[in-house]
Amino acid sequence: MDLPAGIAAWFADPGHWAGSAGVPARLGEHLALSAAALAIAAAIGLVAGAWVGHTGRGATLAVNLANLGRALPTLAVMGVVVPVTAAIDSQAGFKVWPAVIGLVVLAIPALLVNAYAGVSGVDRDLVEAGRASGMRGWQVLWRLEIPLAVPVILTGVRSAASQVLATATLAAIFGGPGLGRYLVEGYAQLNYPMMWAGVILVGALFALVELGLAMSQRLLTSPGLRLARGAAV
Amino acid sequence: MIDWAWIAGHLDELGYRTLQHLYLTSVTVAVGLAISFGLAVWAVRQRAALGPVIAISGLLYTIPSLALFPFFVPLTGLTDLTAVIPLVLYSLLIFIRNIVAGFDAVPVDVLEAADGTGYTRAARFRRIELPLATPLVVAGIRLAAVSTIGLVTITGLIGDKFGGLGFFIFEGYRHSFETEIFAGALASIGLAVAVDLVLVRLQRRLTPWSRPAEVARAIGVPRPVTGPGMGV
Repeated sequence: MDLPAGIAAWFADPGHWAGSAGVPARLGEHLALSAAALAIAAAIGLVAGAWVGHTGRGATLAVNLANLGRALPTLAVMGVVVPVTAAIDSQAGFKVWPAVIGLVVLAIPALLVNAYAGVSGVDRDLVEAGRASGMRGWQVLWRLEIPLAVPVILTGVRSAASQVLATATLAAIFGGPGLGRYLVEGYAQLNYPMMWAGVILVGALFALVELGLAMSQRLLTSPGLRLARGAAV
Repeated sequence: MIDWAWIAGHLDELGYRTLQHLYLTSVTVAVGLAISFGLAVWAVRQRAALGPVIAISGLLYTIPSLALFPFFVPLTGLTDLTAVIPLVLYSLLIFIRNIVAGFDAVPVDVLEAADGTGYTRAARFRRIELPLATPLVVAGIRLAAVSTIGLVTITGLIGDKFGGLGFFIFEGYRHSFETEIFAGALASIGLAVAVDLVLVRLQRRLTPWSRPAEVARAIGVPRPVTGPGMGV
């Protein structure tokens, strides 16, 4: 049987759509793993980036750390935490936690750098004007700097999200959850239709999430900013 | 938790895998740079080709590595090509983006001045455009090298012959031996960080003029007006 027909047959088999190894279950795992990692990374990266951008303190350190973070191989980050996570929980310590930590480390740099660049790039005149009209520091950050930085911040979120979605397949190397299982098991069993079905599923998910993020980026950007950018072009 | 004696007893093997890691990375960077340079220079001239070139290399970049590494096994067997072909394919997007950005950053004024002083097309390319594009090309080499080091760890999936330091991560997982996973992972991180630092140095050494602020001044990027009274 040639490969395209094999892939079609794989998708047509109802057995592949049910149970804990079925497409809906694996898709759900993949999304849950990615969302958890992204949420943790956002809590760390966006907060730190916005704070550094607002205060201007520790900017060099933050940018250097983010650049260093970009250099770290995700599989190696997963491996390096295994002795600790496996000691805490012999099951999830192998299958889930290393992947979550690896993906968090992967996502932080894009989130942090863009939050920093967005907030620190807000026109200083506007910040002065905000201060002059009696805004406190956190009000300047929350009501002025962050709304104006939203386009840049969301670009970072998009890039982090697509990196995380693609890299979440690596969880399967340690027997973890997600669509990567079809890739790893497909290769181990020389089941190429399963492997390529996995590639198609990852690609489709990737495209859908990209589309969704592009749309939410439009919706979340203040109409005033959209107008200003349209007028400037 | 960690069996230090195992690590001390396997330094030879760690050394061999480090060399393999560096070997796969340097072959990939050399071949990827050569192919990308040709494609990028062509796309800068034939602007219509730029979109498709970026789109195709971008599409390749989105194929999960866990699928692309096994893909070449039936075609090239367990030769180095099986690992190097996907590694090169993944490097193209990073290289091409940076090389194109490098040539695009050459100011039109400078090109016109070169034409005005009688440079031939070839001489202008070699003596004006290439040196001015170098900072971004070298930045691309750094990004591609570091990304390749990460991907080499994943080539361990193909088989024990590959993986560089990632070999220990896969073998350690098969034997549920945490020390081996940890050792391979820590060494991979060390290698990535070391190569990154070396290439940053190289970048500064090769292009001492490329301090960002100076570049901005040299190519006339408008700076935000801040003080009062400017432009009056």
